[in-house]
Amino acid sequence: MRNDIAAAVDAALAEVAAASSAASLAGLSGSVVGKKSPLGQLKSKLGSIGDIDERKALGQALNDAMRAVEAAIATKRAECESAELEAQMASEGVDLTERIAPSRRGRTHLVTQATQRLEDVFVGLGFQVAEGPEVESDFYNFEALNMPKSHPARSMWDTLFVESAEPGSVVLRTHTSPVQIRVMQEWPPPIYAVMPGRVFRRDTPDATHMPVFHQIEGLVIDRNITFRDLAGTIEAFTKAFFGADFTSRLRPSYFPFTEPSAEFDIRRANGSWIELGGCGMVHPNVLRAGGLDPEEWSGFAFGFGIDRMAKERHSIDDIREMYTNDLRFLRQFS
Amino acid sequence: MKVLLSWLNEFADFGDDVETLADEMTALGMPVEETIAAGTKVPGVVVAQVLRTERHPDAEKVHRVYLTTDGSNELHVWCGAFNMKAGDKIPLATLGTKMPDGREILRRGILGIDSEGMCCSAKELELNDDHGGILILPADLPLGVDVFDALGVTTDTIFDLDLTRNRPDCWGHMGVARDLAARLRRPFGAEVNGSATHDAHTLPLAIVDDAACGRFTATVVKNIRVTQSPQWLQDRIARSGMRPINNIVDASNYVMLERNQPTHAYDLRSVESGFRVRFAKAGETLVTLDGTARELHAADVVIANGDDIAVGLGGVMGGLDSEVVESTTAIALEVAWFPADTVLESAARHGLRSEASARFERGADPWGLESAAWRFIEILRLTCPGLEVHGGPQTTRNASCPEPTVDVTLRLAQVERILGVSLTARQAADLIEPIGFRCSGEGSAITVSIPSWRPDSSTEIDVIEEIARHYGYETLGKSVPNSTVHGRLSSIQQRRRLVHGVLVEGGWSEAMPNPFLDPAASRLAGVDDSAQLALVNPLVAEESVLRVSLRPGLLRSVAYNQSHRVDDIHLYEVGHVYPRGSGSLPDEEEMLCVMSVDDSDGELAALRSWSLLVDALGFGAQVDTKSTPGGYHPGRSATLRRGKQVIGAMGEISPVVLKRHGIVGRVSCLELSLSVVLREEPKPVAARAVSRFPSSDIDLAFVAPESVSAADLHRALKSAAGSLAVSLELFDVYRGKGVAEGSRSLAYRLRLQAPDRTLTDDEVAGIRQKCIAAAEKSGAKLR
Repeated sequence: MRNDIAAAVDAALAEVAAASSAASLAGLSGSVVGKKSPLGQLKSKLGSIGDIDERKALGQALNDAMRAVEAAIATKRAECESAELEAQMASEGVDLTERIAPSRRGRTHLVTQATQRLEDVFVGLGFQVAEGPEVESDFYNFEALNMPKSHPARSMWDTLFVESAEPGSVVLRTHTSPVQIRVMQEWPPPIYAVMPGRVFRRDTPDATHMPVFHQIEGLVIDRNITFRDLAGTIEAFTKAFFGADFTSRLRPSYFPFTEPSAEFDIRRANGSWIELGGCGMVHPNVLRAGGLDPEEWSGFAFGFGIDRMAKERHSIDDIREMYTNDLRFLRQFS
Repeated sequence: MKVLLSWLNEFADFGDDVETLADEMTALGMPVEETIAAGTKVPGVVVAQVLRTERHPDAEKVHRVYLTTDGSNELHVWCGAFNMKAGDKIPLATLGTKMPDGREILRRGILGIDSEGMCCSAKELELNDDHGGILILPADLPLGVDVFDALGVTTDTIFDLDLTRNRPDCWGHMGVARDLAARLRRPFGAEVNGSATHDAHTLPLAIVDDAACGRFTATVVKNIRVTQSPQWLQDRIARSGMRPINNIVDASNYVMLERNQPTHAYDLRSVESGFRVRFAKAGETLVTLDGTARELHAADVVIANGDDIAVGLGGVMGGLDSEVVESTTAIALEVAWFPADTVLESAARHGLRSEASARFERGADPWGLESAAWRFIEILRLTCPGLEVHGGPQTTRNASCPEPTVDVTLRLAQVERILGVSLTARQAADLIEPIGFRCSGEGSAITVSIPSWRPDSSTEIDVIEEIARHYGYETLGKSVPNSTVHGRLSSIQQRRRLVHGVLVEGGWSEAMPNPFLDPAASRLAGVDDSAQLALVNPLVAEESVLRVSLRPGLLRSVAYNQSHRVDDIHLYEVGHVYPRGSGSLPDEEEMLCVMSVDDSDGELAALRSWSLLVDALGFGAQVDTKSTPGGYHPGRSATLRRGKQVIGAMGEISPVVLKRHGIVGRVSCLELSLSVVLREEPKPVAARAVSRFPSSDIDLAFVAPESVSAADLHRALKSAAGSLAVSLELFDVYRGKGVAEGSRSLAYRLRLQAPDRTLTDDEVAGIRQKCIAAAEKSGAKLR
């Protein structure tokens, strides 16, 4: 019987050695160590051996034999699996530079991109964002902004009027400033708000003008707000938005709704100045129109164009390009 | 407004550091747009005399001019201007001269005959803008000398100022100089003195209508002659942007450019009877200086003579019949103050905006009339040394004339509250007294008397602005407010950004079409235009109504892109629509419109955005496939509802609409009211434990007639699956072979799972049967 065991082990090991794949080895374990395998059959004959010591010794020998075969299978199987994975990897190379165009991501409009960037900077500076209607009453667009009817400064804006029961009383807002009044009426002070939005002027389109464009307006109302706070806030914005090597300056100007009024310019690192927008201390009459007592509250406001920011950021020659809605143009700006 | 350095220097010693002066003017609120060097000599241009002119039979546009520069030698020049005659003296650019425009004068021939120089116009020499012909020089200039020397042309610096409309005083050199001198702490002087040389020649003056005129002066000046002004004076007028005419008109313009005060000289013969200032009468007409007969309006201010015949349109333009002519030897000089709005309206009505009317519109100084009159006389005396002043300015005024000063109380605490700097009464006074704001009193509040040349200034805050300007905006310094407010985006704004993000990730790009439409555009897009509002004063008819839907704009954008061979057209817009409202303002609403050009037999691509948005924003709506929104494909569209409220629409755009827009293929579209869906902030979802027990999937394919909506089938399956269903997804839609015409196959995957146990095969089979039964009940059959 010992010889039979040795022969069966030899045969089994030969079969294992001959196996060429992990899959065939999986099948093999049944046929070389299973119940019906030669070793299995020898095991079933153990019962017929009378001598107990002999039976024990043979049983031990059989178990050792089977463990050896199983170990050989496991080793061989690991070898095969490893070889198979190597072969798989060797055979399935892909040229990663061979890329099919991915399905295209869209783009937000340049004006939206600029608006969001501005909003983010102002939120970081402690401002909230307010919105208002684009079609406005004469009251909010002019009168409440210290421009009573027939005020000559109204001619600073070429106004588009909308049909209404009372002619001349409904306008497309010429600036975002009417939102100042709405915010003052609706929000309890202190107010730190920016108001981006679409505005309208009766301007013939050209490379730098559109009748429909966008502005952002800022309003701060608090106790003891001074002109110095205005200059400091403009400076903080300049550095946060454009970069630490930019500075700002204010110079006197005129707007009916602020006094003192100023234009603000920013200076690039190379020393050149860019005119950016207008600002000033909120005029007492405007505070009153917003329902606030100018002896208790003071504040400042500022505003500038958004489209121009986008135009300059992306070196766009003609602002009309931004409004053709040509996807070939829009898709350039991620 | 163009101001000249030499002129400013007459009021204070500003020196010649042009760059610093420009910076200071900018810092005062008079930004210098451009600094121009004027009167630069052109070496080589000499005084020449025309000997004779001659036509050449073969040259039509030019003639031959024979000249001399020394009285003996003859030069020949071809010339394209014909305004000279023998004996005239003209500027000749000799050979080799480099003209201001860069040209070099070369010996050049026409028809084989050389030109030995070039006759010059005033513009070519940059003396003024006159390019009407060759400049005819005064006859007494010596031949051959440099023209610039002979004319006494002065060099100067022109500052081109971009003035704001609140500073009328700066529309004269004197006002600019006053401000600049105050800033630079230089002594400023603008006194004008004069006295009558003869007994008064009294003219009866009357302001008939109070509102027509506040103050009116007339001065009679005799023994004058009409001639040319000195060259330096002509230069100043030309460099300020006006044209020198003759000594009378030039003196008037000179005073205006210096003191922002228009004046008008009448030939004394036409106003001997005096002046009456009143509003125009019905049917009254006047021929103005420009030769136009004008029908006057009842709100026009008329200057009439004592016989009540109109001789001028007050504040705007004088009359032709009373004009100073060559034979004039005596004048009556009108210097008056008219209210800004009457002049503004009058000038607008007649389309006649003159230098004078522009100044009255902005606001002139009613108390500067006499000094302007004396200054006029001073200037006129340069050319008429023997002139006689018959009594000095005679004045009349009425109640509509502003007072010489307006008194305002200035609280020093308020200065600090607004500007953030603490000033004493003395410091405040030192800043504004040099610009004529007289201060009195001491302590915490002082009285400031605002001068009449500053009509923009009348309240405490106006005075504070003057203090800020002269203190220096930059000197005030910078600080940051000590805020208790925290910056953030509102929930609506955050959700709007989410909409942009979802759509961009989904492949759509944002368009911004014009919100103004052609009146027919909505109708052509199938949009109900009954609430459409029109613009009163549109720029063009194609952009004359306000949109009530974003769809027409995006359809145009799609058509544009398609016609430019753009592939993969997926666009969206977030924007307002403005339908007529019940109040005075429109019912403005923020909308979203998503539009895609679809593959011919593929999905309705824009509808993918609906699923993405519902998922991202966490809102819902009924998809009502029974009602077709206007302009959509009747079989491929749905209205989005919240109960009775319509919040949007989706589906395929009607082929009829596409055809009208020249769009090829199929276009799908989603419209959604962001005003509604952004406002609803969903409550935070409470977490549910994920089951640790295995789930079972059931795949079910049904054949359903087209009349059975997928949404209905979905609803039926979901309710049949009961509480064990964790998901139900439509994963395939198939039409074609193997499925009956008019039906399609809809394949669903249902995932079942219990939170507390593994489901048995029997339970799964039971739910499957319930689903099949429910589907059959709604008209679908298991495939």
